[in-house]
Amino acid sequence: MLNSIMPFGNTHNNFKLNFKVEEEYPDLTKHNNHMAKVLTKDMYAKLRDKQTPSGFTLDDVIQTGVDNPGHPFIMTVGCVAGDEESYEVFKDLLDPIISDRHSGYKPTDKHKTDLNFENLKGGDDLDPNYVLSSRVRTGRSIKGYTLPPHNSRGERRAVERLSVEALDTLDGEFKGKYYPLNKMTDAEQEQLIADHFLFDKPVSPLLLGAGMARDWPDARGIWHNDAKSFLVWVNEEDHLRVISMEKGGNMKEVFRRFCVGLKRIEETFKKHNHGFMWNEHLGYVLTCPSNLGTGLRGGVHVKLPKLSTHAKFEEILGRLRLQKRGTGGVDTASVGGVFDISNADRLGSSEVDQVQMVVDGVKLMVEMEKKLEKGEAIDGMIPAQK
Amino acid sequence: MANNFGRILSSKRNVGILSLIGAGSLTAGFLLNREHVTAGAQARRVYPASAEYPDLRKHNNCMASHLTPAIYAKLVDKATPNGYSLDQAIQTGVDNPGHPFIKTVGMVAGDEESYEVFADLLDPVIKERHNGYDPQIMTHPTDLDSSKLTSGNFDERYVLSSRVRTGRSIRGLSLPPACTRAERREVERVVVDALAGLKGDLAGTYYSLTHMTDQEQQQLIDDHFLFDKPVSPLLTCSGMARDWPDARGIWHNNTKTFLIWINEEDHTRVISMEKGGNMKRVFDRFCTGLKEVERLIQEKGWEFMWNERLGYILTCPSNLGTGLRAGVHVNLPKLSKDPRFTKILDNLRLQKRGTGGVDTAAVGSTFDISNLDRLGQSEVQLVQTVVDGVNYLIDCEKKLEKGQDIKIPPPFKK
Repeated sequence: MLNSIMPFGNTHNNFKLNFKVEEEYPDLTKHNNHMAKVLTKDMYAKLRDKQTPSGFTLDDVIQTGVDNPGHPFIMTVGCVAGDEESYEVFKDLLDPIISDRHSGYKPTDKHKTDLNFENLKGGDDLDPNYVLSSRVRTGRSIKGYTLPPHNSRGERRAVERLSVEALDTLDGEFKGKYYPLNKMTDAEQEQLIADHFLFDKPVSPLLLGAGMARDWPDARGIWHNDAKSFLVWVNEEDHLRVISMEKGGNMKEVFRRFCVGLKRIEETFKKHNHGFMWNEHLGYVLTCPSNLGTGLRGGVHVKLPKLSTHAKFEEILGRLRLQKRGTGGVDTASVGGVFDISNADRLGSSEVDQVQMVVDGVKLMVEMEKKLEKGEAIDGMIPAQK
Repeated sequence: MANNFGRILSSKRNVGILSLIGAGSLTAGFLLNREHVTAGAQARRVYPASAEYPDLRKHNNCMASHLTPAIYAKLVDKATPNGYSLDQAIQTGVDNPGHPFIKTVGMVAGDEESYEVFADLLDPVIKERHNGYDPQIMTHPTDLDSSKLTSGNFDERYVLSSRVRTGRSIRGLSLPPACTRAERREVERVVVDALAGLKGDLAGTYYSLTHMTDQEQQQLIDDHFLFDKPVSPLLTCSGMARDWPDARGIWHNNTKTFLIWINEEDHTRVISMEKGGNMKRVFDRFCTGLKEVERLIQEKGWEFMWNERLGYILTCPSNLGTGLRAGVHVNLPKLSKDPRFTKILDNLRLQKRGTGGVDTAAVGSTFDISNLDRLGQSEVQLVQTVVDGVNYLIDCEKKLEKGQDIKIPPPFKK
C-alpha cells in the first residue's frame, strides 16, 4: 500500500481500514445529491481500500457530498476528482454519477471534441438591443498534476509556473499579463474588479468541503490579454479556466477567439511536454464531474423581461437544452429581466454543437420577446425537444 | 520523547484489550498493528520541502512565528502512527493569516501523538501561548479537589451567573481534525454509555444532533445549550466539521446545571453552570461530575488523554493543561468605564469577553470575566484566581459607588 504523496490525501486511509464498513459508511439518509443516490454500503465496501497512485481515496472523492446534503430542488454532484486517475480507480461510483448528470451517458460512449470555430453557423447577428454580452468559458487540467482538491502547495505552484510560462509566449491578439493574487497592488486589484475579472476565494461550502481553497491565495492568479477579451484563471476550481468574452452579441467572434486562443495555449503546453488531460470517453478531464466533456459554458446576458414571465419559459429552455442563471452567475437571481442563458450540456456533444445551441436558441428567444412586446402569441414558435 | 510515547502505547495496549471486551467495536487486528508502527513514519514526497514551505509573510499567528523552513523540512515527512501529518496540523494557520491585534494559535493536533511527533513546532508554540511554560522541562499540576476553594460565593447584586468549562479527550481515538467517522461514532458511544451511569443530581439525557426532534431542538435553543456547526474558518479549515452532524450531540442533567458537548471542537466539552454567584457549588459539581465520568469510562477500559508534561490533551494547543475556563457574567457599570479597568484585569490574570462568548461585545456593562491561563497551574488554582479576582472587581465597583478611590492590584504571582 503506497503512502500518500500529497499531504491532504487522507494519509490515514490505511488506518481507517481497520474499522468495519458499517462503522465508516457515511449517513446519507438526509442527502439529495448524485453521490448519495449512487453510493450504497456495498459500493463503499468495494472501493474503500483503493487509492489513486497519488493517494486520493474514496472518502476524499465524496467528502464534499457528505458535508453538503444538498437541496430538495437542486441536485448537486456531491463528489470531485483529485487527479486524472480518480475517474478510473473510482469508476464504479463515478460512471453512474456521470450517467445521471449527463443525460444517460454510458461508460462505452465516446465524446466528440470540435474546436473548429468555422463549423459554427451564424452567431454574428444576435440583436445587441437584447443581447448585452457574450461569453464562452471552459476549463483545462494539466496532465501529470493532481487537481485542486488534492494538490500540495509545491504542486499548485508548479501548475502556476507552467501556466504563466505558457501564457507569456502568447502574442498578437493574445498578448497579455499575469496578476498573481498574492502580489497584486491595490490599483491592479481595483481595476480587475471594475473589469469583472477578479475571482475571490471560494465561499461555497460545496467547494470548501472539497479542500480546493487551501493555502489561498498561494499560486492563484489571473491572466488576461491587453484587449481584455481573453482571460485565464489559474488554480481556482480547476488548474485553468479559460474565458473569452465581449460586450454585445457577436458570439461568433467570441467563439473564434476562444478556439484560437485555446489551441495556442495547448500547443505551448505540449511544447513544454505537458498536454491537457483528455480522453475519448470523457473528453477534457476536470475537477467536477459536471464539467467533463467540453467543460464549456457558452452564454449571453440577454434582456427577456416578457418571455421570462411567460408560463412556458422553463419548458422552452428545456427544449432548447439551455439553462438560465442570474447575471451574477450560478446561484444568483436575475436583475431587471436580464438573464444569463447558456448551454445545459457538457458531455456527449461537441463545443461547436453546444455553442450552436446557444446561438440558435437565443436568436429564437429574442424573436419571441419581440413578438410578446407586440402583444402577439408565441405558441407557434415553441420548438421541439432538441 | 520516546519514553513518553512508549508509555502511551503500552498503556493503550492494556486499555485497548479491555475495551474490546467492553465496547466490542474495535478489531483485535487494529491493536496488534499499532504495536508494529513507529512514530514519525516516512511518507513519499514529490517536491522538496523548500517547494512546499507555506508563504507566511502576511501571517500573524503562533504557528507562523515558529515554523521556520528548517523546522518544516525536519517535520514535513513525519506522520503520527495514524498517519496525521504536519501539513494537516498547520493547514488552519496557513488558511487563516490572523489579525494584526489578535494572535491565534494557527495549528491543531490530530491525535495525542501529534504533540510528540511535532514537538519541535508545538513546544515553542505552547511556550508562546502559555506565558513561557516550557513543556520540555516543566510539569503541569492537576487538582480537582474543589473543597480547597475559598470565598467562592459572589455578591449576586453584581454576579448574574457562574460557569466552569473544560474539555476531555478519549485516549486511543483521533481528535476532531483527523478522526474517521468510525472513531467519532466510537467517541459518542463511549461517552454516552458512561453518562448513562450518572446518578442523583447528575442524572440526565443525551440528545443526538442527527436524531433530535424539533421540540427538543427548540428547548435546547431556549436553554442556550444548542451548539451549531462551526462557521469560524479557524475551525472549519482544520477539518473538524467534516460529516456534520454525524455523531455530534448534547447531554445535560435534568436540572440543567451540568452539560456535555460531544464531538464539537473536542471529543467532549464539559460545562457546569448556574444562575447567580455560587461559584463554589458550580466548581463542586464540575469536579464531582468529571471524576464520575472518568470512573465510568475506566470501568469499560477507557481513559482520558493526559500526561504530566501537558496535562489534559485537547485539539487546540491553547486548551492544554486544565483546558479550564471559569467565568462569571458580572455587572460593573462604574469600573468598566474606569481607564484602569484593563490594567486591573491584566494584573489579576483575567480576561473580559462579551456575554455572547469569545469574539462578542459586552451588552451594557455586563461582562464575561474569566481566567486567562490554562497550563502551568491547577484547576483549583485557576478557579481561585477567578474567585479572588472577581471579588476584587466587585470591591472596586462598590468603592466607586461610594465615591472612593480604587487601586490597581500588584501583578499576579503564582
